[in-house]
Amino acid sequence: MTDRKAEPEALTMATPTAIAEDTEKGERSLKGLYVITFFLGIGIWTLSAVLSRNALIPTPIDVVASFAELIANGTLWGHTVTSLSRVTTGFLLGVALAIPAGFLMGWYWLARGLLEPWIQFFRTIPPLALIPLVIVILGIGETAKIFVIFLAAFLSCVLATFQGVRNVDITLINAARVLGAKDFTIFTRVVIPASTPFIFVGMRVALGASWATLVASELIAAPTGLGRMMQQAAQFLQTDRIVVGIIMIGALGFIMDRLLLLAERRLTRWQETR
Amino acid sequence: MPLISIKNVTKVYNTERGRTVSLDNVSLDVEQGEFITLVGPSGCGKSTMLNLVGGLLMPTSGQVLVNDEPVKGPGPDRGVIFQQYALFPWLTAQENVEFGLRLQKVPKKERAERAMHYLSLVGLQDFANALPKELSGGMKQRAAIARAYAVHPSVLLMDEPFGALDALTRVQMQDDLLETWEKEKRTVVFITHDVDEAVYLASRVVVMSPRPGRISEIIDVPLAYPRGEEIRLSPEFAEIRARVWRGVHHHE
Repeated sequence: MTDRKAEPEALTMATPTAIAEDTEKGERSLKGLYVITFFLGIGIWTLSAVLSRNALIPTPIDVVASFAELIANGTLWGHTVTSLSRVTTGFLLGVALAIPAGFLMGWYWLARGLLEPWIQFFRTIPPLALIPLVIVILGIGETAKIFVIFLAAFLSCVLATFQGVRNVDITLINAARVLGAKDFTIFTRVVIPASTPFIFVGMRVALGASWATLVASELIAAPTGLGRMMQQAAQFLQTDRIVVGIIMIGALGFIMDRLLLLAERRLTRWQETR
Repeated sequence: MPLISIKNVTKVYNTERGRTVSLDNVSLDVEQGEFITLVGPSGCGKSTMLNLVGGLLMPTSGQVLVNDEPVKGPGPDRGVIFQQYALFPWLTAQENVEFGLRLQKVPKKERAERAMHYLSLVGLQDFANALPKELSGGMKQRAAIARAYAVHPSVLLMDEPFGALDALTRVQMQDDLLETWEKEKRTVVFITHDVDEAVYLASRVVVMSPRPGRISEIIDVPLAYPRGEEIRLSPEFAEIRARVWRGVHHHE
């Protein structure tokens, strides 16, 4: 009954974009819009940079020049590789621990009872708040940074995995049981595949958290890395360099997110599309 | 010796709102090869009864015997077909049918052969590689029936399997199910709240009444198989249907 009542409302609300997206022509014009809005954005940026008459606001041309310079002198490459490897290591470690931990919590009440309070508590603390403590204990080396990123990734991913396990349709588990499956088989052949979509959501959130934490930890203390590069540039008021750093971080995060999305689409192709 | 023997079974659920007696001292014997339908309004305990035989629930008191053995849990000798199909959405139709065979360590080649045999039996031979999301409701349920058949259970337990289908598909599925059943006879316990369906399929209709769940009447359906439109439209069918209808709707 509620469904039927909600339908007309949902229909009217969805209509403007729904019609455009329904057709292939609409899909094409959407891509056209993406290109237009890109140049529009660059245009507004240029215009406001020029009109502001403030030398500290770089134009796109300044940024491109700075980008070329940083590539030519080789520093950008080094900073990028350092940051990327920190993010990747912390993220992979966090996810690698979060997935089994989330499964354990979803499957065994003992694990849930022991782990969930800690995870719920630490989840409310931004990992950045731990940085001062971590620096005191672990110093400003790689271990400290990777540890904070690991923590950020772990906390974002573990609850998603846990939710995934809790949400497995009980009928599917019963279907496996009546076909003769025991606990271990149900776990490997039903619970794991059924929670894959949730795990991917968790991994994408974890990736975002990893980048956020990386930059913050590099801004505070690091000999190299994109955050360090930006921090250094700030001391010399090289705003164009800062923008290069921002764009690099955005682009790398975007590419990694798309790669995860691609893997997700491949592995969860079986899902009913909503 | 009956294949299924339900002896003085009571099932009580303790919920937050108190005790609910789902089944109250129910006894029923089902013979080998019978097609039994359980019909009754919601809350009459028919699903509970099915789940007790399936081993997904345990009785509060009394005994459920299958093949003279007390039911201790679910097992491949009792196939269950759920209303929500319960196909594994990440597996193709064939992989779904092979799921139980894999657990029984049936070799790969035989597994594929048996899966194809049962997919053909339900008319899905051309959809072996389709994912559940690519199948219609009726096709999904057919795949689920093939999956249950493939492990060679002695009992098939069907929990309102056609409840989610439209009326036309439903009639088609009833005919197809009887056709499959006549090719490979199994003892079937089939739950429905549709009186027509109950009479059309069954050799015996068990009418149940709610609060507390009890068997109020057992009505024999002495109509010969194979059944078809002539039977569905015959006066004999109408007469039995009327009896079941009264049993379901007018019991006091």
